[in-house]
Amino acid sequence: MTRRPSHTHLDLLESESIHILREVVAEMEHPVMLYSVGKDSSVMVHLARKAFAPGRLPFPLLHVDTGMKFPEMYEFRDRFCREIGADLRVFRNEPAITAGTNPWDDGTIRCCAQLKTRALLEALAQGGFDAAMGGARREEERSRAKERVYSFRDVHGQWDPRNQRPELWSLYNGRHAPGESIRIFPLSNWTEFDIWLYIHRERIPVVPMYFARKRRMVLSQGRLIPVEKGTRLAPGQDPVEIMCRFRTLGCHPCTGAVPSTARTVPQILRELASVRYSERITRLIDHDQDSSMEQKKREGYF
Amino acid sequence: MARALDPFLRTDLLRFTTAGSVDDGKSTLIGRLLLDCRAVYEDHLAALAADSRRLNREVTDLALLTDGLKAEREQGITIDVAYRHFATPRRRFIIADTPGHEQYTRNMATGASTASLAVILVDARQGLLTQSRRHAFISVLLGIRHLVLAVNKMDLVDWSREVFERVRSEFATFAGRLGLHDIVCIPMSALLGDNVVTLSPHMSWYEGVPLVSHLESVPVAAAEANAPFRMPVQLVLRPTEGYRGLAGQLAGGRLRAGQQVLVQPAGHRATVRSIHVGERRVTEATPPSSISVELEEDLDVGRGALLTDPDSLARVTDRARAVLLWMSSTPLSKKTWLAKLGTRSVRCTVESLDCRIDPDTLATEEPGIPGLNWIGRVSVYFHEPVACDPYAHNRTTGSFVLIDPLANDTVAAGMILEDDGHIEGLGPARTSPSPTRLLTPEDSLVSPAERCALLGQRPVTLWLTGLSGSGKSTIAKALERRLTDSGHACYVLDGDNVRRGLNRDLGFSPAERTENIRRVAEVAALMNEAGLIVITAFISPYAEDRAQAARAIGASRFAEVFVDAPLPLCEARDPKGLYRKAREGRLQEFTGVSAPYESPTAPALRLDTSACSLADCVESIVSWLEARGYLGP
Repeated sequence: MTRRPSHTHLDLLESESIHILREVVAEMEHPVMLYSVGKDSSVMVHLARKAFAPGRLPFPLLHVDTGMKFPEMYEFRDRFCREIGADLRVFRNEPAITAGTNPWDDGTIRCCAQLKTRALLEALAQGGFDAAMGGARREEERSRAKERVYSFRDVHGQWDPRNQRPELWSLYNGRHAPGESIRIFPLSNWTEFDIWLYIHRERIPVVPMYFARKRRMVLSQGRLIPVEKGTRLAPGQDPVEIMCRFRTLGCHPCTGAVPSTARTVPQILRELASVRYSERITRLIDHDQDSSMEQKKREGYF
Repeated sequence: MARALDPFLRTDLLRFTTAGSVDDGKSTLIGRLLLDCRAVYEDHLAALAADSRRLNREVTDLALLTDGLKAEREQGITIDVAYRHFATPRRRFIIADTPGHEQYTRNMATGASTASLAVILVDARQGLLTQSRRHAFISVLLGIRHLVLAVNKMDLVDWSREVFERVRSEFATFAGRLGLHDIVCIPMSALLGDNVVTLSPHMSWYEGVPLVSHLESVPVAAAEANAPFRMPVQLVLRPTEGYRGLAGQLAGGRLRAGQQVLVQPAGHRATVRSIHVGERRVTEATPPSSISVELEEDLDVGRGALLTDPDSLARVTDRARAVLLWMSSTPLSKKTWLAKLGTRSVRCTVESLDCRIDPDTLATEEPGIPGLNWIGRVSVYFHEPVACDPYAHNRTTGSFVLIDPLANDTVAAGMILEDDGHIEGLGPARTSPSPTRLLTPEDSLVSPAERCALLGQRPVTLWLTGLSGSGKSTIAKALERRLTDSGHACYVLDGDNVRRGLNRDLGFSPAERTENIRRVAEVAALMNEAGLIVITAFISPYAEDRAQAARAIGASRFAEVFVDAPLPLCEARDPKGLYRKAREGRLQEFTGVSAPYESPTAPALRLDTSACSLADCVESIVSWLEARGYLGP
């Protein structure tokens, strides 16, 4: 193929996302960007910097921290936010963290509800944010395929999938009553492959955990779970050194790795071109109940 | 290694839409596309198989892949639009997968609004159904120019060429009425994969290409690139002292540094100093790039403005004919709605209904009362002039949604028509009151901005309202003197100069009072167009009449001034002896005595003439004008 289109698919996705980000800033009163430190967040922040260049980000970044992220993620987050001069706000559900909430004792459903969903809703309420931008993509999971770019949430942060506002052209309706809010997904139309291709094209920094190296892992429920400080091992679970990388980043007890030798972005892209499993297979929490993600989203999860 | 990625960095993007129900094999087709283009992961397939078992389906049901909501999987229906993504080495695709039943017309329109191609599915055994016609019509209505007729389930009709040709010619007749030229018909079996990704071994008589090859080769270069330049301004970027960038996404044409643009509807001309994509400075940009534009001139341009090509202007109007798709279960009423056009939000009312369009037969009918999924032609009255284009020329500057300003729901989608209201496939517009046009820069060689500069002021109508004897005329005349003395061009309209000539045919009945006010408002609007400051002094007792006047004049040029004095005081003043006549019954329907006065609820200014001196009243109006910049260019 030699012809070069005037706008490649990445150009189109980029323009669309920038348009969405600018609409949010132009129309919403107190926007905030959810920053989860992962690759999608890196891309979303990069797009926001392009949207508002040469100025700074006109909204804060919010990291809902469960206290169970990987050390590399905290280190990357702090360095990255310092370098770009972002206003980073970190919110933790301290009472639940102090009470020792964890997936081993409480189960993943309760742990997520406390440390993620509840924390998120509290952080949004406390900050008075009426618009929260997140890096979720429609391709990730089938209930997300039905999500609008602007997703209306009631006063309890809940999603009603049967009653979504029609969204035609690029005309977004962000109107809401006090207490209600809008979740915005500027990366709705991106795929995992697009994200990596864009990271490659734009040389966007990401957490090194995405790249393969030897790590100490255990096999848990068919998934490769890293051995971190505090990881509880069941009898007979013996850590082994495995060449692997992470496709998604979450909390260390619930995030699995995939065996991989991809040490660079182009190698990751080549691997993705032949991969046979979706990225969220490595996330225990997506599989803990029937229609797991739809249920979590109805309750206020991103 | 990195070089091997180059082809991926060069692929373009096609958005297309599908509509239909499980019976047409739509889900099977999408499932087949995703599977054969390897966009389905094995864990998703495993979830599918598990769902199929749980729901007692005999085979793994591909529809479960596309029906993302639990309710959809359980009821075996598609409720909402789902967006699917896949790629081939040549192109990235986004499918807007929509339900096909009539009750989901709005979802079909939603999917079509961003698509440039539609795949219309037909079951070869059934031929063209009402539903296929509706999908084709809505696709074309929403601006899709490429249709694919997928004649599916060919395996069930023995791969018969005759069956295929029959469906094809039936569809060609229908599509011809829609004025559509790019129609490609493909016989296929989605279930078996014939003519989806690979050419069918069973239909050697078919001379075309499989569906995916066609999707890969359809031109996607946006028609907008050849249209006149358009960019709705989203917001102004002002990070530092020296930089003021107008941020927006190009909706039409080409923008080059040094080019002249017009800011509509204000009518200012400007020159492009620089164009940026992110931090990168570029010399030119084409749709749909998101850019930021710096102008040479220091103009007051903000969100809602439309940058256009001075040689090919957008239409500036407060009235437009449009096709409206009603999307709410609450029927359309005479309420005020919020219209969102590009980056502009203005209040509006739907003034008249021309006709309903039956999407299944393309027949036009009596409009009736528009309810959910009603499609028809209407006249919309925007309470402020907007800059727009016919939808057929530009999908961005020609489309709008209506929002219920109280419930905040999106209730309708609209597409602006040419002035004659013509819709492809339908007859000409029925006769209805011809839309009045506001005088705008495109009609005059002199722009409002030039008039402002010439007169050193911005036009406004100060609408004085209050009881007879409250002091309206006295204040109006003193204010006219005061403004003239300070070098401003202004004029008082009152009963004395209007009722003697223009309105001498009118009496004082409620209907005639309303007509009196309507004419005064139109005259004030013309005087404002000419650049003058207008002061009106009429009792204008009805709130609705004053609101009507505000609409005629334009909200940004209308200021309601409530000249407030208690009735006994007005009656004591009685400068013309009218109250006495009214009390004696010699004057009928006199405001305050035998006719009501509806006090303004939110006037721009309230002057209490029982407590304030004339000079104070005049000065408070002057400071109000100064504070809002009306007394400067």
